[in-house]
Amino acid sequence: MKIGGFRIPMAASLIVWAVLWEVVGQTGASLIIPPLSAILARMFEIVPTPSFGAALLITGKAFLLGNAISIGVGVPLGILLGRSTIADRMILPWVTMFLSAPLSALVPVIMVIFGLGQTTIVMTVVMFAVWIIVLDTRAGVQGIAPSLVEMAQSFGASRWQAFTRIYFFAALPEILSGIRLGLIRAVKGVIIGQLLVSIVGFGSLFEIYLSRFLMEHFWALLFILFALAFAINEILVWLERKVEYYASSRH
Amino acid sequence: MMAKPKPAIQTPPPAIVQVKSVSKTYPGGVEALRDVSLDFRQGQLTTLLGPSGCGKTTLLKIVAGLIPASGGEVVVDGKAVTGPGPERAIVFQDFALMPWATVLRNVAFGLELRGTPRAEREAVAEKYIGEVGLKGFENRYPHELSGGMRQRVGLARALAVQAKVLLMDEPFSAVDEQTRRKFQEDLLQLVAIERKTFIFVTHSIEEAVYVSDRIVLLHPRPGRISSIVEPDIPRDGDPEKIRRNTTYIDTVEAIWQGLKQYLD
Repeated sequence: MKIGGFRIPMAASLIVWAVLWEVVGQTGASLIIPPLSAILARMFEIVPTPSFGAALLITGKAFLLGNAISIGVGVPLGILLGRSTIADRMILPWVTMFLSAPLSALVPVIMVIFGLGQTTIVMTVVMFAVWIIVLDTRAGVQGIAPSLVEMAQSFGASRWQAFTRIYFFAALPEILSGIRLGLIRAVKGVIIGQLLVSIVGFGSLFEIYLSRFLMEHFWALLFILFALAFAINEILVWLERKVEYYASSRH
Repeated sequence: MMAKPKPAIQTPPPAIVQVKSVSKTYPGGVEALRDVSLDFRQGQLTTLLGPSGCGKTTLLKIVAGLIPASGGEVVVDGKAVTGPGPERAIVFQDFALMPWATVLRNVAFGLELRGTPRAEREAVAEKYIGEVGLKGFENRYPHELSGGMRQRVGLARALAVQAKVLLMDEPFSAVDEQTRRKFQEDLLQLVAIERKTFIFVTHSIEEAVYVSDRIVLLHPRPGRISSIVEPDIPRDGDPEKIRRNTTYIDTVEAIWQGLKQYLD
């Protein structure tokens, strides 16, 4: 966009919204919207506190473990679905169902199985993240040029060799974008899990802030989480760009 | 024909690949091949030529062991084909290179799958990379190479596994015309040096006559053999001379007249 001959960067709209927020906040029109400057100040206040550190640690652990499981299960399962018609027919309906299901409603079920602890949070993360990884990996594997598969066969590749040396790498761009989308969903998963279990991590912080109506704290924490999710996304986008040329193995 | 009789006709070389009344009907009922019998002789370059739908690529893939025949059998080096085997290697139309691997690893990939130790397979790969004229490009990636260079990688990979039979599926159709001519000349040299059996699929009449010892013409729908041509063109000497050789020109014309009727 150009105004008066100057190129306006995309992020400029954020400044407009930030100013608007500040103005509305300063008027004190709503308790829910404190001034942006106060929220920012609160962010710097919250981050060094031990309760934030403890929440970050426990949330980070659940997040990383849940994603590790999602990737470890999702990628091989996606490759399997992409290569085997029978497996695809058997499992794909479940994957698409869980992908669009209201997963928050299932958290209590997980809680019944795994109890009121960290395991439940980890499993919630898995349930949010794994399906999109499966689906993207499957799409990547199905898009591999048939000649690349024939090449591996003609040189005598075993099934295992074909999986680990051809399918995985040929589908890597899609696998990474699946993991990226999975990570974003996992951020939701870990917070929803904590909120519903409501005794640990950021979930308990949110709970405390909201019950005491600390809106500045609430927004500050939300912004921090948003920034973390954004950073994770950007790192994965950068990785994806690095392997973009792998996609020339598609037809 | 214009062809002069060869001075001393030896007994023809033995058939290393025998196609015995092979038929292929795809699921869904498309009949690609009907009762095709054919011998491919050792050390020769035989071309399967015909319009699209004549089953030439299907036949190549059956010989490669990538798809099963519906009827009949293929015997390679005395053994019936049940799948891919180390005595056959394929050069693919779209090169089929791994974009994430260097030229060196791509060329050595056949040996890698067989479990050849790294140092050994890389030495072999380097030799063939040199042979196809890509010395110095060992550590480049396929997307950094031109189409012609990529196909040289594909060729080196097929040579590196020391197969007796090289199957080439329209290998030059994805490269530009100038590169293709150079490839055709190089291929003649390769046939002379490597003493391998080449099965070559193309839809270009000129290319077929230029490179082949024997040309098998296939009919379309369903694929059957219509005739076999053995162009008697001297292959030694200047490769450019071949394109001006009268036998070359006449053979191209004769095949064209024969194929014309199948055009819609």
